[in-house]
Amino acid sequence: MSSNSFPYNEQSGGGEATELGQEATSTISPSGAFGLFSSDLKKNEDLKQMLESNKDSAKLDAMKRIVGMIAKGKNASELFPAVVKNVASKNIEIKKLVYVYLVRYAEEQQDLALLSISTFQRALKDPNQLIRASALRVLSSIRVPIIVPIMMLAIKEASADLSPYVRKNAAHAIQKLYSLDPEQKEMLIEVIEKLLKDKSTLVAGSVVMAFEEVCPDRIDLIHKNYRKLCNLLVDVEEWGQVVIIHMLTRYARTQFVSPWKEGDELEDNGKNFYESDDDQKEKTDKKKKPYTMDPDHRLLIRNTKPLLQSRNAAVVMAVAQLYWHISPKSEAGIISKSLVRLLRSNREVQYIVLQNIATMSIQRKGMFEPYLKSFYVRSTDPTMIKTLKLEILTNLANEANISTLLREFQTYVKSQDKQFAAATIQTIGRCATNILEVTDTCLNGLVCLLSNRDEIVVAESVVVIKKLLQMQPAQHGEIIKHMAKLLDSITVPVARASILWLIGENCERVPKIAPDVLRKMAKSFTSEDDLVKLQILNLGAKLYLTNSKQTKLLTQYILNLGKYDQNYDIRDRTRFIRQLIVPNVKSGALSKYAKKIFLAQKPAPLLESPFKDRDHFQLGTLSHTLNIKATGYLELSNWPEVAPDPSVRNVEVIELAKEWTPAGKAKQENSAKKFYSESEEEEDSSDSSSDSESESGSESGEQGESGEEGDSNEDSSEDSSSEQDSESGRESGLENKRTAKRNSKAKGKSDSEDGEKENEKSKTSDSSNDESSSIEDSSSDSESESEPESESESRRVTKVSTPAFVPTKTHVLLHRMSGKGLAAHYFFPRQPCIFGDKMVSIQITLNNTTDRKIENIHIGEKKLPIGMKMHVFNPIDSLEPEGSITVSMGIDFCDSTQTASFQLCTKDDCFNVNIQPPVGELLLPVAMSEKDFKKEQGVLTGMNETSAVIIAAPQNFTPSVIFQKVVNVANVGAVPSGQDNIHRFAAKTVHSGSLMLVTVELKEGSTAQLIINTEKTVIGSVLLRELKPVLSQG
Amino acid sequence: MIHSLFLINSSGDIFLEKHWKSVVSRSVCDYFFEAQERATEAENVPPVIPTPHHYLLSVYRHKIFFVAVIQTEVPPLFVIEFLHRVVDTFQDYFGVCSEPVIKDNVVVVYEVLEEMLDNGFPLATESNILKELIKPPTILRTVVNTITGSTNVGDQLPTGQLSVVPWRRTGVKYTNNEAYFDVIEEIDAIIDKSGSTITAEIQGVIDACVKLTGMPDLTLSFMNPRLLDDVSFHPCVRFKRWESERILSFIPPDGNFRLLSYHMLSWDVGKINPQKLPSLKGTMSLQAGASKPDENPTINLQFKIQQLAISGLKVNRLDMYGEKYKPFKGIKYMTKAGKFQVRT
Repeated sequence: MSSNSFPYNEQSGGGEATELGQEATSTISPSGAFGLFSSDLKKNEDLKQMLESNKDSAKLDAMKRIVGMIAKGKNASELFPAVVKNVASKNIEIKKLVYVYLVRYAEEQQDLALLSISTFQRALKDPNQLIRASALRVLSSIRVPIIVPIMMLAIKEASADLSPYVRKNAAHAIQKLYSLDPEQKEMLIEVIEKLLKDKSTLVAGSVVMAFEEVCPDRIDLIHKNYRKLCNLLVDVEEWGQVVIIHMLTRYARTQFVSPWKEGDELEDNGKNFYESDDDQKEKTDKKKKPYTMDPDHRLLIRNTKPLLQSRNAAVVMAVAQLYWHISPKSEAGIISKSLVRLLRSNREVQYIVLQNIATMSIQRKGMFEPYLKSFYVRSTDPTMIKTLKLEILTNLANEANISTLLREFQTYVKSQDKQFAAATIQTIGRCATNILEVTDTCLNGLVCLLSNRDEIVVAESVVVIKKLLQMQPAQHGEIIKHMAKLLDSITVPVARASILWLIGENCERVPKIAPDVLRKMAKSFTSEDDLVKLQILNLGAKLYLTNSKQTKLLTQYILNLGKYDQNYDIRDRTRFIRQLIVPNVKSGALSKYAKKIFLAQKPAPLLESPFKDRDHFQLGTLSHTLNIKATGYLELSNWPEVAPDPSVRNVEVIELAKEWTPAGKAKQENSAKKFYSESEEEEDSSDSSSDSESESGSESGEQGESGEEGDSNEDSSEDSSSEQDSESGRESGLENKRTAKRNSKAKGKSDSEDGEKENEKSKTSDSSNDESSSIEDSSSDSESESEPESESESRRVTKVSTPAFVPTKTHVLLHRMSGKGLAAHYFFPRQPCIFGDKMVSIQITLNNTTDRKIENIHIGEKKLPIGMKMHVFNPIDSLEPEGSITVSMGIDFCDSTQTASFQLCTKDDCFNVNIQPPVGELLLPVAMSEKDFKKEQGVLTGMNETSAVIIAAPQNFTPSVIFQKVVNVANVGAVPSGQDNIHRFAAKTVHSGSLMLVTVELKEGSTAQLIINTEKTVIGSVLLRELKPVLSQG
Repeated sequence: MIHSLFLINSSGDIFLEKHWKSVVSRSVCDYFFEAQERATEAENVPPVIPTPHHYLLSVYRHKIFFVAVIQTEVPPLFVIEFLHRVVDTFQDYFGVCSEPVIKDNVVVVYEVLEEMLDNGFPLATESNILKELIKPPTILRTVVNTITGSTNVGDQLPTGQLSVVPWRRTGVKYTNNEAYFDVIEEIDAIIDKSGSTITAEIQGVIDACVKLTGMPDLTLSFMNPRLLDDVSFHPCVRFKRWESERILSFIPPDGNFRLLSYHMLSWDVGKINPQKLPSLKGTMSLQAGASKPDENPTINLQFKIQQLAISGLKVNRLDMYGEKYKPFKGIKYMTKAGKFQVRT
């Protein structure tokens, strides 16, 4: 067996080594060279043997050693054939290590790698989700172009897998395939589109990542998923959160109009915005119309806020940049505290956070001023942190705090870290130029530093003083004299050069000293640094021009020295100066202007922050950190002048019913429920859900008002109570113990409380929201075809509209205690029922709180009052432990509040449960004009009319409060009203389609008249009874 | 996202490399070494270094540089935070994170890294989930594995990965059920020459060690929750409940974890009798041969006060729901100096 038949495993590369080995054998000491390599050969040989043995333990040992080689960066590619045979090993650890190996070397050994493919294809069908997922992972990580079609197929299948974990891996595989073969883009986008619709929080982050890498420009794919992503966000794993937040920031900047007030804009972004005259006009137009934030815009801002409390610095930073780029300026302040908190973290985190704060603090000092002291430098900070802190302190300096800061800076100047001390002196210079009040103080301080015993400090001070003096050249003769003396002692070239330059510039102010300095310099010229030499030449030239009598000879001497200098720059400069200032025959027209050229007024240097120009990069990005556009950086667009159609984010009704109870939500209920079921406290049941708000905001005139109301609520988002409201969805499980009836009352009560708060906070109650009314038509048209065949002339006006508000309150159907671990809640999505147009649609969420599967969940025996009908959900085969599932069903209650009793059964048990609908849920909202309303009301008088007088405080009678209270109790639609004191709502009953007209008329003082007109007098009076206390409560 | 990871020791040897996409030659680290040379001290090496084709993001811990190679725009904190999580995981697995330990456990390290990232995007970073996928090495397990031929690698998807509480594994069992909480506060302060306080703030954490069977649901309430204003939570804490009632309600991870960290700007020293001002005296002695120190050295103080949280924070009670047994509960308080500097 000869040596060259074995490849080598050393990193230097097999081929080369072989040759070397050959040479070695043929020329010098054959045995020695051979021995050196043979040990390696042997090693690999026994690895091969081990891999081919029958024992798993030997194989495992071999694989472990091979992985060790890979980790060290050694080449183990020659073992490929031996390793790949074990790809189907039964031993899971061997298999995993083989996967590691394959992913590392498949690219180099494409043909052999193909041998393993069939194993993965088989594993893709494995019943174990972990095996399916890892097969997909490895298959998609093998960068072999031939298998692209196989990968594509695998991804497509995996994206429809039942396991969200497999789907998550499919999302990752998309990116891998895309980088292997960009040609597949279109097909991959289809998969992305499909996965974006996924409701699992596990998938969300990964698919958005794929979106960002494959098709970040396809913003249209986001529209329909926007609200879902906003609502899922808190439950997504932290890395996904970062990616989603960054993507949504970009999205928001393309879809919403600027929430920044005119003043702010002019200050900060004036130049980017309104550039042409037309724009200018639009701007003034805009001014007339008060800005109202798109509810979707608000939704994003609100749902990201809790994430400021995340333990993950990247998440906090992501939220901070979102607030910075898309929230109203008045709200961005809340991020400061969280960012300052991050400064306690590791050095690397500090570094990035401080950079971002530096950029922010230039534009908006106010945000970080309260935290000034958090940026004080500690002697233990690394230099890069120190300089960043210094930068921020400088940005934050103002008249009020400058004296404190200067005192602090004095300590820094004494620091042992000289680089930092020098930076501090620069900083003092910047403060001096920025804050005129302290210019003199700073200058004096710096002059004092000139006698510091540390040369670096002195040198830096000289440089800074030079800059300061340049800015106000007048009467600083004394300082210049002082500095001239320093030339005898100071050796740092920059400082010497600065002094010389300064004397040259001010040579007429110090007529006696300047020539003397030149004399000294002429003496030491040859031993000076190049930098100093250049300035000596300049000084000579300037003096020659102003005081040639005294300095002519000196200057010529210096020019002669310069002529023969070793450095060509100096020789060039010398030649140039001589030609310019010394009159001779050859000198051209320029020499006449020599004085003007040399002693021109020079603009003072601008001392500004290096972070000044960074704000055009999105904060928190790599590009911002480096201040260079990084590969793959996605620009943040400017706000559009006019918002694109917001209705693109509306989700169709049927789909909506499904999407609004995604796994995430069910899960929240699950955890909340679990928790509260044990606790005794009476929970507060604030209830203005975020979901409904975002759905309704843009759908009809009055509904727009609900969005409006949301806004006014959130304007004070610092307030914890409003925060509470917005997330009550999470807590919905706590309603457990109440009966349906009590429920609605309690709901009303808390709502009115909210209302009051809202009222106190902001009296914004404008009802002008015309822009959204157009959308209402389209949406109602598409949904209103399902009218009942039933009686009466009311039909021609009953056009079902989308609900103005959907309470997220859930009711307990089956408590887990009584359900042997199976818990069920139901909720009225207020959507037209898809199972029959006389049915009320109900969504039931089932939770398995046991630790085993619950099988065959279905509805058993039904005990329904006469006439009542029920459409049951399809039996559920099995529900995993901790799992939850949401199903829809429909019940025709025959327009009555009678209870529907039935049995909820599992494989082993049957539980009696019942649903009693609140009267407000027996209705569907109707869109109609004021005229039609009055006409219909005219018909429904006498027996068909019930009324009551309500007494309540005036603040409860603002339009928004009344609106909120009414829609909370009942699924009614608002009717636009011409009179401020009359509020009208219309609905029809689900079963018979009879009109239900609600009027609230405000009277003198604190009374109001509540009138209900309907043929269904029983329901009418029940509704009246329910509405009355709600409206009169404060 | 993250292309490759290199581990570099203090003498500049690359002792481990891992690639999640195509292999990036280790010569890319030359740019890092250059920066390292320029920075003179390890802690001054910039965390982000651009090179012509890649960007190097690094963290420095336990005398090891963890250098991530990336190719395209990514939030730098994303990578940095992840790298720190890697270090934390190693520490969790092996007790310490050092070069010899990583070299000894290179296979486990590799398996863990393989699970933590897929195509450079974090896949499983919760240590509970990782530990179900790849069991941490123990002497006993090594012995058992050699005899029985069983492996360190789990073959089922950890339940946590799909559940609503990904941080907790199911089927936890203990014979002694116990939950300990340590309230640890650190004082960061700068005292100037004249003895007046320039800044003083408290950084507090509540570290927990919870060993409870099953799926316990805990609530922790404070006597004075209003003190906690600027907080960050472990993902297990129900944020809503905190917002509304100022009660920490959570299903805890199994084992050690940081429940909460908080930050307070003021530090109330309480009353000090002006007649008897407390004073602290100390002497400094210089090592023979050491260079003359600075004229005005800054002194870093270290001290510890047991059984006291300087902010006055007090835990009121800890309740457990969802399980029937009675756990043993314990609370410990401690105050220590954080970055406590006295300027002279």
